[in-house]
Amino acid sequence: MEERLLMKGNEALAEAAIRAGCRCFFGYPITPQNEIPEYMAKRMPQVGGVFLQAESEVSAINMVYGAAGAGVRAMTSSSSPGISLKQEGISYMAGAELPCVVVNVMRAGPGLGGIQAAQGDYFQATKGGGHGDYYTLVLAPGSVQEMMDLTFDAFDLADKYRNPVLILCDAILGQMMEPVELKDEFITQLQPKPWATVGAKGREPNVINSFYVSAEEQEEHNIKLFTKYQRMRNEEVRVETWRMEDAEIALVAYGTVSRIAKAAVELMRQEGIKAGLIRPITLFPFPEKTIHDLAFNVKAFSVIEMSMGQLVEDVRLAVKGVAPVKFYGTTGGRLPTPESIFQKAYELMNELTRGENGCYEKIIR
Amino acid sequence: MIEKIIISGFGGQGIMVLGQLLAYAGMIEGKAVSWIPSYGAEMRGGTANCSVVISDKDIPSPVVSEANTIFAFNSPSLEKFESRIIKGGLLFINSSLVKIMPTRKDIKVIKVPANDIANELGNMKVTNMVMLGAYIKAAKAVSVNSIIQALKKVLPPRRHNLIPLDEEALKKGAVFA
Repeated sequence: MEERLLMKGNEALAEAAIRAGCRCFFGYPITPQNEIPEYMAKRMPQVGGVFLQAESEVSAINMVYGAAGAGVRAMTSSSSPGISLKQEGISYMAGAELPCVVVNVMRAGPGLGGIQAAQGDYFQATKGGGHGDYYTLVLAPGSVQEMMDLTFDAFDLADKYRNPVLILCDAILGQMMEPVELKDEFITQLQPKPWATVGAKGREPNVINSFYVSAEEQEEHNIKLFTKYQRMRNEEVRVETWRMEDAEIALVAYGTVSRIAKAAVELMRQEGIKAGLIRPITLFPFPEKTIHDLAFNVKAFSVIEMSMGQLVEDVRLAVKGVAPVKFYGTTGGRLPTPESIFQKAYELMNELTRGENGCYEKIIR
Repeated sequence: MIEKIIISGFGGQGIMVLGQLLAYAGMIEGKAVSWIPSYGAEMRGGTANCSVVISDKDIPSPVVSEANTIFAFNSPSLEKFESRIIKGGLLFINSSLVKIMPTRKDIKVIKVPANDIANELGNMKVTNMVMLGAYIKAAKAVSVNSIIQALKKVLPPRRHNLIPLDEEALKKGAVFA
């Protein structure tokens, strides 16, 4: 039985976590993610789980470390400045190979920034974020339904790889209400976690640690971690391509911006411009191959993001110079409009027809 | 059909609830819907607004830059959003409070003395429903019946006793459309 409800993104995400078997939530308030701890405070006691408002973000992530070490599905959520505070803990968990889900409902930065939607944490999310050689798997929902579905998957992926999984969304996705189909699925039995520290009576103690004295051991460990990240690249890439079949210009966007970009594609199609959208759903692993392959079919890419040019770097690395890649961004909490995306793409198409596309550098400035 | 609506006014005028009612009613009718609130510091100092999209097809963008319909419950709302109505769009003004005049000539303006009517009905809480009554009549995006069903979803059970009064307010508002 599937039930259709009108839910806020933050609430849908929280309910999905409960249904995915998350039984420990540790958080600290910050706008625009407050509905997540609010919902958890109400819901966790109903399922026999733990909701705890920690004294700081640093405490919260370290409580997640403890719970994950004991084999429990654990989650924390915050927004940009709070996620920066959690980075030490995330790095430790990546090092200690502990599964967890971390939610970043992005707001504007740097520093304390503003509380409106932004995507300036892309680099932090996709290139590790904390210190040391590691990655987190990064999921980028584009609707309230995906806030729910991807959260459900996030816990499985975290356990599968014994690695933190980051859900990277933004203030609009967190605050917005859309209809969601609530799957009648509750995970109560987890796969056994023989590595967890749950009492060593009758066996050798398990050790959860990220400390290696010898360089050789540390190197060996890091190489093992990177074998895991390679497996993610091979098995976990998710990307939506929309109206790309005959597209001459490919818009690339994730999260809320991908929705605005869809409206822009419709506008362009009405004007006879063959536009399509590539929407990365996993930001790490990045859909490099899809983008590279499509580069041979399109005349140009327009990358749209609510930051000063972060996603665009990964797109350029994926395109490998096969086609021009142009950047259009808004920042500080401002949103692009379908009309402004249309305008930028239109200008780009004009540059191309004037023959300026002969020089890649000229197009990208 | 794609209907893009911005509802704006003071905090406490039922702005967010009105938006949620429209979204719920659309969903009940099997349409695609979205609702985005203003939040946080933006709300302090008195203005609250939300954007609603109701569509027969999937909604590409829930973010409303240009709206078919604007509700202005107070003067700052009119000043802020008048320019964002599409040509031929609808502007609903709460004429009990808004004393300035819209400048646009290419839109349809519907004035509803919503506070006065709610006052006559004996409960200021139904101000938003008076405005909604005018909207349903003029725009026909959702039915009164769906709104009544939506009220049961959006209002907490202890407020369900207000639903008959809400219906009355919808009727009174419809007269102005």
